[in-house]
Amino acid sequence: MTLETVGFWVVAAVLLASSLAVVLTPNLFHAVLYLAAALVATGVVFLLLDQPFLFAVQLLLYAGGVVTIVVFAIMLTERLVGERIAQTSRHLVNGALVSAAVFVGIAGFLLQAPIGAPRPAQTVDTTAAIGRALVGSFAVTLELLGVLLVAALLGALYLARSEE
Amino acid sequence: MMGLPAYLVLGALVFSIGLFGVLTRRNAVGILLGIELMLNAVNINLVAFARFNGDLTGLVFTLFTISITVAEVAVGLAIVIAIFRVRRTVEADRLDLLRG
Repeated sequence: MTLETVGFWVVAAVLLASSLAVVLTPNLFHAVLYLAAALVATGVVFLLLDQPFLFAVQLLLYAGGVVTIVVFAIMLTERLVGERIAQTSRHLVNGALVSAAVFVGIAGFLLQAPIGAPRPAQTVDTTAAIGRALVGSFAVTLELLGVLLVAALLGALYLARSEE
Repeated sequence: MMGLPAYLVLGALVFSIGLFGVLTRRNAVGILLGIELMLNAVNINLVAFARFNGDLTGLVFTLFTISITVAEVAVGLAIVIAIFRVRRTVEADRLDLLRG
């Protein structure tokens, strides 16, 4: 058992447990906190795959940004004290059946796929390589992403503005 | 060393859990949380394939999906807040204005 193997199983357990808590806990505010745990665990999976830059992006944008705005949305649409924040789920059995069927489908596909090759050695510094690719062959995509972010900013401001 | 299938199965499990959340949550914000989990699982797959194939494209694509997800969540939550202003509820079952 190498350190990477032990780390993978620990992170996988944390990720699956917090993901289940996100969809099962009755308190929506707690669900967001569990989502933050799941997002950080995903970041650690990126670290296990030798991608420290993506780990940093994951922490900054997901665990920092997304969780913050979701908490704000909950505070605006729910009363934090009292039972209104408690929320129920519906069609639990049907949802579990559909999810299990999707997982079985993906797993069956994975079993047939020729993906047993060992991990190649990391040769280049991926952070520098990602930076070069972003302003090189993906430059147009990066500009389009900037346009999308501006559009999302304006759209969110327009939809959430007050009436006067 | 963990192989590629271990990471892919992990991603598939997280995706299924997120799908379960989308299907069963009544609250619109809860549904959005499930969508977040599903997108996260996709990112795990992208990074795992990129690492095991020695291909940079998956990593750059992961950056793009993360950014687009953040924009999507911002607009989605703005819509939830706008709906809440008008209907005083974010229960998805009661937002049936467009049902014929």
